[in-house]
Amino acid sequence: MDVSALEVVEAHLQRILSVDGVDGDGDVWTAVGSDDLDQRDVHAYLHVTATAAREHAADVDRRRAAGEELGPLAGVPLALKDVLTMRGVPTTCGSRMLDGWVPPYDATVTERLRAADVVVLGKTNMDEFAMGSSTENSAYGPTRNPWDLGRVPGGSSGGSAAAVAGLMAPLAIGTDTGGSIRQPAALTGIVGAKPTYGTVSRYGLVAFASSLDQAGPFARTVEDAAQLQALIHGHDPRDATSITDTPADVLGTLRDGIEGLRVGVVTELQGDGYEPGVRRVFEQALERFERLGAKIVEVSLPHAGYGLPAYYLIAPSEASSNLARFDGVRYGLRVDAPTAEEMNAATRAAGFGPEVKRRIMIGTHALSSGYYDAYYLQASKVRTLIAQDFATAFEQADVLVSPTSPTVAFGLGDKTADPLAMYLNDVATVPASLAGIPALSLPAGTAEAPDAPDASLPVGLQIMAPLLRDDLMYRVGWAFERDLGFTPIPAGDTAVEVL
Amino acid sequence: MTATDLGEISATTAAEHGVALLEGTTGPWELVVGLEVHVELQTRTKMWCGCSTSFGGDPNTNVCPVCTGQPGALPVVNEQAVQDATLLGLALNGEIAPVCRFHRKNYFYPDLAKNYQISQYDVPLVHDGWLDVDVPVGDDLVTRRVRIERLHMEEDTGKSLHVGSTGRLHGADRSLIDYNRCGIPLLEIVSRPDIHDPDTAQAYLRELQSIVRATGVSDARMEEGSIRCDANVSVRRPGDPLGTRTEIKNLNSVRSLGRAIAYEAQRQIAVLEDGGTIVMETRHWDEGRGVTETLRVKESVTDYRYFPDPDLVEITSPADKVEAVRARLPELPAASRARLHAAGVATHQASTIIVTGLLPAFDEAVAAGADASAAANWLVGDVAGQLSAEGVDFAGSGLTGTHVAELIALIEDGTLSTNLAKQVLTGMIQSRGAKGPAQIAKEQGLEQVSDEGELRGIVEQVVADNADTVAAIRGGNDKAIGALVGQVMKQTRGKADPRTTNQLLRELIGS
Repeated sequence: MDVSALEVVEAHLQRILSVDGVDGDGDVWTAVGSDDLDQRDVHAYLHVTATAAREHAADVDRRRAAGEELGPLAGVPLALKDVLTMRGVPTTCGSRMLDGWVPPYDATVTERLRAADVVVLGKTNMDEFAMGSSTENSAYGPTRNPWDLGRVPGGSSGGSAAAVAGLMAPLAIGTDTGGSIRQPAALTGIVGAKPTYGTVSRYGLVAFASSLDQAGPFARTVEDAAQLQALIHGHDPRDATSITDTPADVLGTLRDGIEGLRVGVVTELQGDGYEPGVRRVFEQALERFERLGAKIVEVSLPHAGYGLPAYYLIAPSEASSNLARFDGVRYGLRVDAPTAEEMNAATRAAGFGPEVKRRIMIGTHALSSGYYDAYYLQASKVRTLIAQDFATAFEQADVLVSPTSPTVAFGLGDKTADPLAMYLNDVATVPASLAGIPALSLPAGTAEAPDAPDASLPVGLQIMAPLLRDDLMYRVGWAFERDLGFTPIPAGDTAVEVL
Repeated sequence: MTATDLGEISATTAAEHGVALLEGTTGPWELVVGLEVHVELQTRTKMWCGCSTSFGGDPNTNVCPVCTGQPGALPVVNEQAVQDATLLGLALNGEIAPVCRFHRKNYFYPDLAKNYQISQYDVPLVHDGWLDVDVPVGDDLVTRRVRIERLHMEEDTGKSLHVGSTGRLHGADRSLIDYNRCGIPLLEIVSRPDIHDPDTAQAYLRELQSIVRATGVSDARMEEGSIRCDANVSVRRPGDPLGTRTEIKNLNSVRSLGRAIAYEAQRQIAVLEDGGTIVMETRHWDEGRGVTETLRVKESVTDYRYFPDPDLVEITSPADKVEAVRARLPELPAASRARLHAAGVATHQASTIIVTGLLPAFDEAVAAGADASAAANWLVGDVAGQLSAEGVDFAGSGLTGTHVAELIALIEDGTLSTNLAKQVLTGMIQSRGAKGPAQIAKEQGLEQVSDEGELRGIVEQVVADNADTVAAIRGGNDKAIGALVGQVMKQTRGKADPRTTNQLLRELIGS
């Protein structure tokens, strides 16, 4: 090998220093607050673990030189979403609420990355507690899209997506609750996958909506994403919802091609609200599938239209309960007050941002007696119907495809005043989340934005596969990516200059 | 959560149980009581994590990210706890739900680490059991059946300690929280309102405690909080629908339970007869003053926003699994009582042996050759008495049933008098069971003197020294011989065999 792990890590640290606005002292770099954020900064990272990364890389080099056995991705740098715990490294979840909290333990995902000798560069920015579709809800200021610093990278894993798209890490971990990996992958022109629910342990993933949260990979190619998923998936006895089945071999059949496969186009996930540019790229993708020997079939998910409302009841309901533990008693922020109850209320008032408060209130209402049946229970029923829709659709097609996001990256601040418009961004990703099936987004081309006819912004293609058939999802993605030959490197006047 | 939240309650009547009504100034009242009993399971590890459940450690030493509710930590069900709950459920004649799940009960409380308690809601692990309890009525025992609505699994909370002058939250300088108890598996056993007098309530709690101990799922010590009881109390006119109930907490003993119910019944009757109304509230039992007082008034029903815990999966109990647990059921107290009774042990002694956990010792003593009645007498009497004075229980004393059997054998063969045997027992307890009765008797020179040759000289001297008494005996006052026996005992420091002494005295006096 010509390049040492330390050199690779050093190059990435330099890149972070030059484009991310991270103000580092060479030891542990702390992200700057939103007020100090330079307009040119991507702000993908909240916290860079430079010293630990260098030490880890040097150790990998030493062990490699000594001929010792190394993990499968030894020395490869990675950016970790700040919702996963890493012992001794602050975890904020993009919230003031967790200011100063240093987790005493590693998430299972973190543990597996360490075991594989992946070098963690730092923790990435995110919408507060993973609630949002633009990474504008971070208490530490928004992340910008490397393709156009005036636009959002998507969310909630926007920091991780921007780190990969901005060449500040070749790999990143995000989490996806209703589309929080796939949508930012689409908006930043990279590959992102939500594995089958239950295949990647949630232990150490600070919960937003437990029945939906799933960590997954970001990468610049389908193969890299599959490699990363293979590293982090597998049964974990510390997570009761972890599936005991052996996960699909996502690398073994990657290059098998898609000739004869039936690719299902979901009627309900391509109509109104989808930008013309997005639709055009999607139509071209379908033509490409046909050229590759796949058969295009039209399938229907009749209840998909209820997916968004069901999701926006279930996720906040679970969140209202999951976030109850942030009360100022044990960790993070505490705003002092005379009684425990007042301290608790003052802490939560000061610690949570508006979107989190909105969802806690929605969830609290939806679970309260007298409304439970009308909201939570009804939403759960819709969820079951959607899962059944998918099961039926997968009798007619091997995989399903749709645009990942109805729009290309939108401008910072464009939708922050209108939560419902923001929620609509998840319309195509939420059904797979509710059904627990694996889904992948990969670059399918570029398109203009309605507000910028000359812009060239990434468009993502979503590939959904049956439960536990993550292998099929990657196989179809790989064939598509190879034929497309699209290099997803940000370019253009407003883009960050590449290495 | 109480049974009443989920559906209609069917209460029995006092008449059905043959319980007398309470007489008020305006007519008779019927007392209606339901009990909620919490039992901490004695699993090695906590409900959702691998932390130790041992009692009394330094604060916050048996904790981990899971039981302290750290962000990102997840619960995993302790399979042993499910099995123990199933075992107890079967011992209470309950039905086991083939599929059940855990719900979250959401409320804010400082010592509740996650600010929700994982509990069971719509489908508890066990439903529709019953317990037959023997209630003393006069000199008799009457058997009454109390139905059990449900037994469900949940987790215990931590403990707050308020530092400051008052010892209570209000006015404290600061509050400290010990999370050691957080996440210890807890069972809640909810009875139907089938109890109509304090005696039955006490008998129910005692019987439940015995069953818990017999199954080995918990030591059921009220003083350590491993079994705790709340009482839901209401009164009504016979034939009327159920009255408004109050919930009494802080019942730390079986005795408190009985006293609190009796007090609360009279209080409610007085309020109603005065034209007042009973408000639904939680009341605190003040043991010292013997009164209940308002702890908190439930102005509205607390909305716990129950929903299925998405971090956990369903518990399934297929028939074969349930039968495997059933096969592990030990002999239950009712059966033990019947067996002891048949062996000649008095009823009250049999109950005491079972309630106090002495049954294994009793069985061992009998197996080692002791007469059942004698073993029961010793265990319930002197053994329990001396141990209690020393502040140890049988299990911790080092004594065994075999020791007791040996002690009885030494009495029977004349080596020890009853009095000497008591002294030997003291020695055994002091040696923490390291020395058997024979060894103690020998070492302390406590063996009875029954050798005629050794005793004759002493007896002759006593007869010679007590001419008046001897004359009295010869004159027909047979009882006076006791005084002479006492003299002999005195001179032998209690070691003279009373039978031989008596025999020799009579021989010499010629009575």
